[in-house]
Amino acid sequence: MTPKGPRFNSSLLVSPAQLDQLLQLLIKRDYEVLGPTVREGAVVYDHITSTKDLPVGWTDEQNGGKYRLKHREDGAFFGFVVGPQSWKKFLFPPVSRLWQAHRSDGLFEIVPEVRKPTKFAFIGVRACELHALGIQDKVFLQGPFVDPEYKLHRDNVFIVAVDCVQAGGTCFCTSMKTGPKASAGFDLALTEIIQEGRHNFVVRVGTKAGADLLSQVSHEEASPADVELAENLVADAAKHMGRTLDGNGLKEMLYRNTEHARWDQVADRCLSCSNCTMVCPTCFCSNVEDLTDLSGQRAERWRKWDSCFTTDFSYIHGSSVRSTARSKYRQWMMHKLAYWFDQFGTSGCVGCGRCITWCPVGIDITEEARVIRESDIFASAAG
Amino acid sequence: MATMIENDIPPGLSLDPMIPQLYRIDRVRDETDDTFTLSLVPENGETKISFLPGQFNMLYVFGTGEVPISISGSPAVPSVLEHTTRSVGIVTKAMGLLKPGDRIGVRGPFGSHWPLNEENGRDFVIISGGIGLAPLRPVLYFLMAQREKYRKIVLLYGARTPEDILFKKELERWRGKFDLEVQVTVDRAASGWRGNVGVVTPLVARAPFDPSNTVALLCGPEVMMRFAIMELQKRGVPHDRMYLSMERNMKCALGFCGHCQYGPGFVCKDGPVYRFDQIASVFGKSEV
Amino acid sequence: MIQTLESVIKEHPFFQDFPEEHLPFITGCAKNVQFPEKHFIFLEGDPANEFYFIRGGSVSIELVIPHLGPTTVQTVGEGDILGWSWVSPPYRWHFNAKTLKRTRALVFDAKCLRAKCEEDHDLGFEMLKRFANIITARLDATRLQLLDIYGHDD
Repeated sequence: MTPKGPRFNSSLLVSPAQLDQLLQLLIKRDYEVLGPTVREGAVVYDHITSTKDLPVGWTDEQNGGKYRLKHREDGAFFGFVVGPQSWKKFLFPPVSRLWQAHRSDGLFEIVPEVRKPTKFAFIGVRACELHALGIQDKVFLQGPFVDPEYKLHRDNVFIVAVDCVQAGGTCFCTSMKTGPKASAGFDLALTEIIQEGRHNFVVRVGTKAGADLLSQVSHEEASPADVELAENLVADAAKHMGRTLDGNGLKEMLYRNTEHARWDQVADRCLSCSNCTMVCPTCFCSNVEDLTDLSGQRAERWRKWDSCFTTDFSYIHGSSVRSTARSKYRQWMMHKLAYWFDQFGTSGCVGCGRCITWCPVGIDITEEARVIRESDIFASAAG
Repeated sequence: MATMIENDIPPGLSLDPMIPQLYRIDRVRDETDDTFTLSLVPENGETKISFLPGQFNMLYVFGTGEVPISISGSPAVPSVLEHTTRSVGIVTKAMGLLKPGDRIGVRGPFGSHWPLNEENGRDFVIISGGIGLAPLRPVLYFLMAQREKYRKIVLLYGARTPEDILFKKELERWRGKFDLEVQVTVDRAASGWRGNVGVVTPLVARAPFDPSNTVALLCGPEVMMRFAIMELQKRGVPHDRMYLSMERNMKCALGFCGHCQYGPGFVCKDGPVYRFDQIASVFGKSEV
Repeated sequence: MIQTLESVIKEHPFFQDFPEEHLPFITGCAKNVQFPEKHFIFLEGDPANEFYFIRGGSVSIELVIPHLGPTTVQTVGEGDILGWSWVSPPYRWHFNAKTLKRTRALVFDAKCLRAKCEEDHDLGFEMLKRFANIITARLDATRLQLLDIYGHDD
């Protein structure tokens, strides 16, 4: 035990066993502890009970339309990047009942959902994902209206972030300036070091809550050498990104090119399957369904994830405004990389690469942007 | 962590903005064979409802669903909400079967409004087509109530047939009583119709307003608004004095569900009333 | 003050920027005319040897359709031009034109104008240019009318 508690921005060192103690402490404190775990050939986010549940000794190979898990020899706990799921599924559940209504004597009453705040602990949040959480915070908390379910849970989330020490095959967080180092929005951030017979984690403290938790678990001070080593590992990851995206004047470039021929070309490939929107950590579109039971006296309103690629997404007055794959793909990409700036002040993309990996035909948002930019005939006029 | 900006929540909304307030149907009036107006009063006995012309509510019919409908009544009548709608889909058809005394859910009011307080001393040219007259009727009530603040007010209204003309009695009354120029035209005439036949757009070319000092308000099918804007442009009305009301698929009206996105904005919060120069780059673009 | 025919013509938007040298001839082709309500100005099939500037009132352009009777496809009013069938062979009206109310107009002798346009192509071009504008505007409006934009099924 160290004599004094850890302070903000201090760097500590914990062993794998001590990390496990941290998880046990969170569980004891009634957190729903969620982290990466292997299921059906992918790394998903689900309840974990100890570090044994983590994808120990697994790494992922990702490319356009390709995802495979492979063993690694070093027993790394976080030796992969991101899988098909994102943390949005906990704060913005895929399916959620909004309220019920009961009818009697021709009148009806509405029964709101009674929601208890859940204390989530997210273990293993990547830098890009921290940005994605911030982006969804803007959508659900900082507009003219607040989503009560999102707010209820968001206020209580404890975040243990993980710096990436290897880049994924479809990653481009450096282009989006969202990683690979976790810079803000976490309670604790870990950098995993496995070298020459040592396996431990440099821990950066982000908040008082993080400091408080860590003070209950044995740990050591990290030496300057450890800190430098951690930083070098992360810097190295930054040099090996699988993709790049040129963000210079990206919004304006796309606004100039709404009729570019490339949209027809991508339309030939896009299946409108909506995988990209499901795996994207910032996509937030939803649908509202009003249902009754067979008696017709009880009704419920549900909210479900939706995708701008669905046929009826833009249905009005007898037809859909966007019915072609061309217009749907254009809408999705322009929203993500251009409209989002006007709506929320940032890009909607965090460079996690999931849309590239999980597209069944491997459509690559970075490639689409590059092709349009390279053949942007309006570029010189724009100055 | 951001907290709710309580001052900005419209009076009709609870803390959970997806929960409807309960209203009662006070009156149902059939306007044409497929269009009707509902007059709603709050179940909780509140006597003051406020909205701005151009705004809409989400109306919920038990077990069937919820749709966005523009408010079509007078903003100066604080105790009743009026909505005029065509009966076209599952929800509006169910709505058309409601009777006085039935309960209906209301969320709102939402969205932007027509620029009325800022435009004293100008001519107003109001161009409407079909059901598009409904979201503009609150404007007419507002303008007529302070007629002296404005110069010429011209209403150009296109309907499908003479039977589809909305608010006939009110139009006659305004035309007769208030120095309001009303020109109505129909796409198809019945025999016996002695008024204009043809689309509303050629009427813009000749309407008696001063393009250098006019505000134009447009509401109707997008293609009608597109051609009307061309006529206004020909007469020299600047883009920042043209306003249109746009429509898109809406599920939440809160800026969350994403369905109503229109270019870089959301029709539920950046619209439905837009100043034309703000959407000129996307308006009329195919599949935006 | 009573306006002269020439000044009425000159002020009409149709004749904006019309070359001065042709105005006397045009004025010579024109006459003031008035029609009571429910009056047929011309009938489908009649020789089309005039066209009209409507100065006041309202005219219904109609077609007689079996089972439906006389059906108005368009109305024209103050400031509108009525009739362009005088431009193309066989120079016969395609529709009826019937006044809806008392109507005043300028009527132009198109037969005379046609002959002069054949002689003087500059005059011909000026007239056709302007009629082309009217016809395209009417075509746009008709197409919009055809779309039946207010009546849609869901």
